[in-house]
Amino acid sequence: MTSLNFRAHARPAWRRLLFTREAAVIAILAAVLLYANLAVSNFDSPLTMYYLFLDVTPLLLIALPLTMVIVTGEIDLSVASVVGLSSVLVGVLYAHAGMPMWTAALTAIAVGAVCGSLNGFLVAYVGLPSLAVTIGTLALYRGVAIGLLGTEAVTDFPETWTDLAKTRIVEGGSLPLVLVPIAVLAAATAWLLHFSPFGRGVYEVGLGREAAHFTGVNVERTKFLLFVLTGAVSALAGVYFTLRYGSARGDNAYGLELQVIAAVLLGGVSIFGGRGALHGPIAGVLLIGAVSSAMRLEGQTVNAINIVIGVLLVASVVATPVLNRVAAERAARKPKRKE
Amino acid sequence: MRLNKKSIAVAATVVVSLGLTACGGADDGGDDGTAFTFLPKNLGNPYFDTSEVGAQSAAEELGVTVTQVGPDAASPEAQVPFINTAAQQGADALIISANDPSAICGALEEASDAGTAIVTFDSDTDPECRDLFVSQADAAGIAKVQVEMIAEQIGGAGQIAILSASANATNQNAWIELMQTELEANYPDIELVDTVYGDDDDQKSFDQTAALLQSYPELKGIVSPTTVGIAAAARYLSTSASKGEVALTGLGTPNQMREYVTDGTVTEFALWNPDDLGYLAVHAAAALANGDIEGDEGDTFTTERLGEYTVGPDGVVLLGEPFRFNADNIGDFDF
Repeated sequence: MTSLNFRAHARPAWRRLLFTREAAVIAILAAVLLYANLAVSNFDSPLTMYYLFLDVTPLLLIALPLTMVIVTGEIDLSVASVVGLSSVLVGVLYAHAGMPMWTAALTAIAVGAVCGSLNGFLVAYVGLPSLAVTIGTLALYRGVAIGLLGTEAVTDFPETWTDLAKTRIVEGGSLPLVLVPIAVLAAATAWLLHFSPFGRGVYEVGLGREAAHFTGVNVERTKFLLFVLTGAVSALAGVYFTLRYGSARGDNAYGLELQVIAAVLLGGVSIFGGRGALHGPIAGVLLIGAVSSAMRLEGQTVNAINIVIGVLLVASVVATPVLNRVAAERAARKPKRKE
Repeated sequence: MRLNKKSIAVAATVVVSLGLTACGGADDGGDDGTAFTFLPKNLGNPYFDTSEVGAQSAAEELGVTVTQVGPDAASPEAQVPFINTAAQQGADALIISANDPSAICGALEEASDAGTAIVTFDSDTDPECRDLFVSQADAAGIAKVQVEMIAEQIGGAGQIAILSASANATNQNAWIELMQTELEANYPDIELVDTVYGDDDDQKSFDQTAALLQSYPELKGIVSPTTVGIAAAARYLSTSASKGEVALTGLGTPNQMREYVTDGTVTEFALWNPDDLGYLAVHAAAALANGDIEGDEGDTFTTERLGEYTVGPDGVVLLGEPFRFNADNIGDFDF
């Protein structure tokens, strides 16, 4: 971790490692899974994990690049609108323009990258705040999506493609094939963020723009590329969404951006930038998926599920300063170590 | 952040838990009696709340458990996780009002493979995606009841007009065509003088009603085969000199029409009864789940409250004639 917090290093290693936000969310996830297995009837059905992974796939995909965007201290609220736009494009290009699915899907992903580059250009090179820019493009991309298709839906996709979104790795198993590309993307993102010079730059940008400049990081280019990547991956999630639900509609994935951001923050990424690790948001996404799945099996409403996820998020955000203060007070009581 | 031993250990625990879940094996719950899932287009919709009341009363008669679940927005992708949940639970039947005729088919198929009987009600899917569709009304019945009501209300003779939704509304146009045929065949003294379009917009429907009364001073009645139109027309009539003079009927909902029935503007209007619809859908689902019927054309099953039903072509079960709402019964409904 690139933290400049020397006090943290003064704590014993085991405590430092145990009390990371990432470890905490993974522990909560394990607890939820264990509890649901024991107490929620049918949670141990082989279908549960299969559907859970299918449900969280769009979240998981978008969380990967969005984590890096948030680590730089920026935000992208337009991701769900890009999902919707990409979904509509796949539908319109395939069904109305007669393109083959491959071309339609790749075009949609390219348009997603263009959407991302507009965000990135305005944020990185024009210097506008990403919150304002992406609230604007949230409305813009969603508006274009709904404008293209109206209240209509395209549902007539080739079965080989819709089946692809639901194929299992092993027939009769509980792991969908879509986990394979996700694992590859997650590994690539982890390498990029945690083991490459680019990734070190991402953290430096998040910790302080001035400092980043002095260490030779191209702040503008870093941010721009991350927004482009987020746009492209969101569009990829849109292609998946379309195939999984067999339906291209302008309102697809409406409100999904809040779930993705919730998952990323739940996973310990700081909204102020500079802090976080990729396995946290991945656990955050799985936690949201597991809670939703278990609560649906218990017959809970969407509202109740949202309340629980909201409470988890608020609790996790509140927990950080509280735990830090506790740690600081403990450290103050101990004889001071050499720093 | 480097991977460290502790997070690896915790991650391993998660993987093991996931593994446990994945290999958990046979279903150990849901076998305590017959369980149905009732999945409306969305929750918090008075129409579906009413149909759930009917569903629960059928459940009570049959000794089955009916659980209502649903999304908060009426979109197909929001319905899919609930269909998946029914499959996970191995529900005996899923009773669903579909938000899209084909988009949810894949999920329904998987539930069907898991042994769940699929019954659509109110809003159908493609026929191959479900076992039965419990239909609230057919076009012929809707056209016939409206002609009958207006004929009764104007004494079988005089000028009438139709206030429809938009000029290219598929349902309304089909009904209007059937109404014209019915009028020509059986009501020679009733003259349909005009059909106007309020576009299912409250203000436009209101204005069109005013224009109709201006243009046709001899007008005896208005038929509005759309819930928006009939409510707007009633609002206009209730404060005009024509109140009680010009009859108004058509398709409406009790909550929208209550005050106009109470104040005498409207005598009687029609729709189906969502309570009966939910009731019948659960009975149909039970007949399927028990193996009493296969869902083939000609299969029959019996309900306590509504009598015997026969499955029609394409696995459609028709609720029956539309339901007429008037001063005597409107107090029993809240949707």
